[in-house]
Amino acid sequence: MSATPNRRAARAGWTIVAGAIVAALALTTAVVLERRGVPAPVGPAPEATAERLARGALLARAGNCLACHTARGGEPGAGGHAITTPFGLIVSSNLTPDPDTGLGRWTAGEFWRALHHGQSRDGRLLYPAFPYTHTTRLSRDDVDALYLHLRTLPPVTRAPAPHALRFPYNTQTALALWRAVYFEPGEYVPDPAQSPAWNRGAYLVTGVAHCAACHAERSALGGSAIDRFDGGLMPDGRWWAPSLHDAGEGGVAGWSPDDTVALLRDGRNRHASVLGPMAAVVKDGTQHLPEADLRAMATYLHSLPARPVDRPAFEPAEDRLLTRGARLYEQHCAQCHGDAGEGAAGIYPALAGHRAVTQTSPVNTIQAILSGGFTPATAAHPRPFGMPPYRSALTDDDVAAVASFVRQSWGNRAGAVSALDVARAR
Amino acid sequence: MPLLTAVLRTALLLSLSSALGAVHAAPPPGPPRAAPHTVPDTLAQRMLVCTACHGAEGRATPDGYFPRIAGKPAGYLHNQLRHFRDGRRQAVGMTALLDPLTDDYLREIAEHFASLDLPYPPPPPTPADAATLARGERLVRQGDPARQLPSCNSCHGERMTGVQPGIPGLLGLPRDYLIGQLGAWQTGMRRATAPDCMADIARRLSGADVGAVAAWLAAQPVPADAKPAAGLPGPLPLRCGPDAGVFR
Repeated sequence: MSATPNRRAARAGWTIVAGAIVAALALTTAVVLERRGVPAPVGPAPEATAERLARGALLARAGNCLACHTARGGEPGAGGHAITTPFGLIVSSNLTPDPDTGLGRWTAGEFWRALHHGQSRDGRLLYPAFPYTHTTRLSRDDVDALYLHLRTLPPVTRAPAPHALRFPYNTQTALALWRAVYFEPGEYVPDPAQSPAWNRGAYLVTGVAHCAACHAERSALGGSAIDRFDGGLMPDGRWWAPSLHDAGEGGVAGWSPDDTVALLRDGRNRHASVLGPMAAVVKDGTQHLPEADLRAMATYLHSLPARPVDRPAFEPAEDRLLTRGARLYEQHCAQCHGDAGEGAAGIYPALAGHRAVTQTSPVNTIQAILSGGFTPATAAHPRPFGMPPYRSALTDDDVAAVASFVRQSWGNRAGAVSALDVARAR
Repeated sequence: MPLLTAVLRTALLLSLSSALGAVHAAPPPGPPRAAPHTVPDTLAQRMLVCTACHGAEGRATPDGYFPRIAGKPAGYLHNQLRHFRDGRRQAVGMTALLDPLTDDYLREIAEHFASLDLPYPPPPPTPADAATLARGERLVRQGDPARQLPSCNSCHGERMTGVQPGIPGLLGLPRDYLIGQLGAWQTGMRRATAPDCMADIARRLSGADVGAVAAWLAAQPVPADAKPAAGLPGPLPLRCGPDAGVFR
């Protein structure tokens, strides 16, 4: 017996409707459950041993918590730093032990729930600008150590300004929906097939250090993986956090583990140096970590699967643009970077073959020209060299010309840069 | 069978990615590169970052907005560098530029520029009329006691070349820069450590006062010996924070 085409269409229609109803019910249930949250565990306060306090301080460095939880020029950890997101402004909270505006009244259980489940002391769901998709990986004892460390900060009375998020992103329902789709709480589970160093590295990189928060593009709804590092634009659009899966972008496959450790500890190695947001990560974060942890992070980073980024076919820029770029290069850049982009030994990077120049995204080349910058002051390089900003000296067209020139000279074969690209990054 | 499919897919992906990884690890053969050149490992070389805008050796550029930094008191320069880094002073790019640097390095930078003793160019011709210049000179030299406005000299030195260690000179600066700074003090965009005496003074100035003071100061030649004075003859006319130095 064969159904007529009409009947078949009707059946298909009903199947779709039924499927949609089931999906809607499942989603509603998930949202309701998310909104309900979980109770904070109760129990005795953890003992503030010297070992725990030291471990907590180290974890705070690894997570660079105070980078976001300190306003510029403000008291350490007192919050008030505004983060620009596509959904509006998020203002960081006060982590000092002030009872009214900080964490003073929080129990260790409530603090653990915030890091593990992304819920505030009053049960409200937290915004994932606070990287709880990563901190959920922390062990309970490490969370306690961090809690105890934060209680040693000088208390500061400072109530954070309210967030300025657009509707519907400012609702708890939107957050619950986001969590139902993107958030799965769960401590890190060591992989028995891997070495202890690898597991320690994975624990730090995908957990408290939340590297993928920048090194991965968020989806349109702000979701991101914790162990994929395919590269992404920073939320303010000014810098590009390159893929760690591609040695031509930001991957470490072509380096030795010592090189990777050196970059995180000293801010530079024989191949590369850090600038912009990564300079802040090194200055206040990774350079303070013990060598064993940096080596563990390197072990994990060197094991990442290779995933070459999509590189469009090479198209040479117009001669006119390159001629203009060459003239500007000679005038402004050659003194330090050399006539043939060869760089100055150990001081100014060679631009010939430098991946920060040839990355698929031109954003970092543009931003380096516009904003310049120093590499971070570290124990190995307390008096870093730097590059001047050319924001005032060069127009968008100038920057496009010189960026195109360096991306297409001395064997470099990367895409040309337009004035519009520059205007976006300015 | 889902398990079989998953296993097959993983195997395929693994072999593909390792093959691609191997290809990617080897850098493409490019043209032979020139050997790196060498530059001196000196502070002056490091300070090319600053002098690109602030002029050779920090002596400012003839037509620019960027102020001279050479020869200013070291304490003043160190304070400004920290204020920019910590957001108490705003200028596009300065905060991001100084963000990765330590107080120690900033002090070294400040001392470097403070130690430079370079001649000043003659002042540019002034567009201001005589009445404006007269008003500016009066405010600078005498202030306005009726409005509790001290003279500029009473803090910035009789010759207005600044006072060690923390008070800057007022001569040899572009008019636009002076107007910009007084405006920033008025709006709170430029701040010093509390009590912020310069902010108090700036807020007592009208727009016309600011224009007149800036026009007159920018039109004055800088004396041959433009070094900051070692100290002030008397106490400061109002209470200032530690930025101003050891004086109260």
